Amino acid sequence: MLSQIAFWGAVELGLVFAFVAIGVFLAFRVLDFPDLTVDGSFPLGAAVAAVLITVGINPWLAAFAAMLAGAAAGTVTAFLNVRFRILNLLASILTMIALFSVNLRVMGKPNVALINADTMLSPFFGLGLREVYVRPLFVGVLVVIAVIAVWRFLESDAGLAMRATGANPRMSRAQGIDTSWQVYLGLALSNALVALGGALFAQTNGFADVTSGVGTIVVGLAAVIIGETLFGARGILLALIGCVVGSILYRIAIQLALSTDALGLKASDLNLVTAVLVAVALVLPRLRRGASS
Amino acid sequence: MIDLSNIHVTFGKGTPLQKEALKGVNLTIEEGSFVTVIGSNGAGKSTLLGVLAGDVLANEGKVMIGKTDVTRKSTSARAGLVARVFQDPLAGSCGSLSIEENLALAARRGERRGLRSALGPRRRELFRERVAELNLGLENRMKDRMDLLSGGQRQAVSLVMATLAGSEVLLLDEHTAALDPGMAEFIMKLTQRVVSERKLTTLMVTHSMRQALDFGHRTIMLHGGEIILDVSGDSRKDLQVEDLIAMFRKMRGETLDDDALLIG
Repeated sequence: MLSQIAFWGAVELGLVFAFVAIGVFLAFRVLDFPDLTVDGSFPLGAAVAAVLITVGINPWLAAFAAMLAGAAAGTVTAFLNVRFRILNLLASILTMIALFSVNLRVMGKPNVALINADTMLSPFFGLGLREVYVRPLFVGVLVVIAVIAVWRFLESDAGLAMRATGANPRMSRAQGIDTSWQVYLGLALSNALVALGGALFAQTNGFADVTSGVGTIVVGLAAVIIGETLFGARGILLALIGCVVGSILYRIAIQLALSTDALGLKASDLNLVTAVLVAVALVLPRLRRGASS
Repeated sequence: MIDLSNIHVTFGKGTPLQKEALKGVNLTIEEGSFVTVIGSNGAGKSTLLGVLAGDVLANEGKVMIGKTDVTRKSTSARAGLVARVFQDPLAGSCGSLSIEENLALAARRGERRGLRSALGPRRRELFRERVAELNLGLENRMKDRMDLLSGGQRQAVSLVMATLAGSEVLLLDEHTAALDPGMAEFIMKLTQRVVSERKLTTLMVTHSMRQALDFGHRTIMLHGGEIILDVSGDSRKDLQVEDLIAMFRKMRGETLDDDALLIG
């Protein structure tokens, strides 16, 4: 079984990636826009936050700057798609590829360490609670805030316009909704959340690495799909909670798979395990439907 | 009020498939008037509706809705003036949203959408009342997804949606064509009631000549991108469906002759 440390580590990582899951949910499910930009905006958020923190900027400000950078990345994808009618998937791949170079520029090297630097979490260490618990607790509080904010937004008039844009763009335009603007807004919001995830990842793990973005989209999708499998389609709030729970369960499942000696898996098998897990999560609802009909 | 002057629309200009969909259409519809539009396939009915809705921008001419020149305005920019019900019951609403969410969307047609909750208690109550007026029992299913409704139910809700926010014109695009006869009749009665109660300036495109003559104050017939018949008042009362069919036959004959000339 998992040790305490491994378990809480998995929960913490799951919470960090809950931001990615919510971002992916906004793009894929709300806007119906398959956005792979996240593979670039996650390390972008990590890079911006890490670099700013190392030069002495307040870590909260650094995280905010990371969100702005993520929003800018999403805007570029939206621009390519809306303005030049490049296929959504391709537009996001272009931005993602470009961001790899941008991230290297931002950091000036492939990775930046945050050892001994003050992070958003620093003030909460030494309050008596062990670090293993402080980290997931801190990230968890931020996740709850994000879930509530996104939930209230999606149930507002403005959020309803975004959901309508994804569901029926023609009808949305007839209702006076500028669907192009909604794509800009949605992708900016989505990638800002993903970049915040990246910024938190850098601060909880103590480094930013240019390769840390590989497969972000799959992890985010895995969380969304696991959440949907568990909660079904019953409203926005449950869908968002599903993203968070899905993200945590995914990390625990991965941790279990890797730490079970009987399976003989190594850390380098992570991507294979991820792909298998996502495939299983995709197939399960189908099997269930097949059995009931 | 609607005022179309000298509207020309050409699709695929400069290509071998160039098609003149509207050739200098002039049409004025007074405020509160209900006009029905008929014409064979390709006559220009959909294009005419598109020009008013904003889906099609005219190559030439001027489009006035109320006191606003909307000639170059996009669909979303003029949505505050135009309410619309589509032919396809799936097209006019969001299937994945609930009935009340669809109504909330429509209630703010053409207005700014802010961060206030889309479904406050007061709005919920208003939507419930309006849906209850349909007598379809849908007021107890406000949280159901729209795609659980039948085609007729969706069209009925679409009509409510079209009247939640104010508008200058109501465009009906063969909105009963996809329904079974019973439901089509129900929707037409509902349309009649809504239009007369709210004194809406209405343009209804229809395939049914019976509908075209039975409803509204005025009927126009399009053919080859031009208005070839425009009747109202007494001359319209005397007009029979048979007369319209005869006119259709005559026009089809003409086009056949044209083709024969071309082939010969």
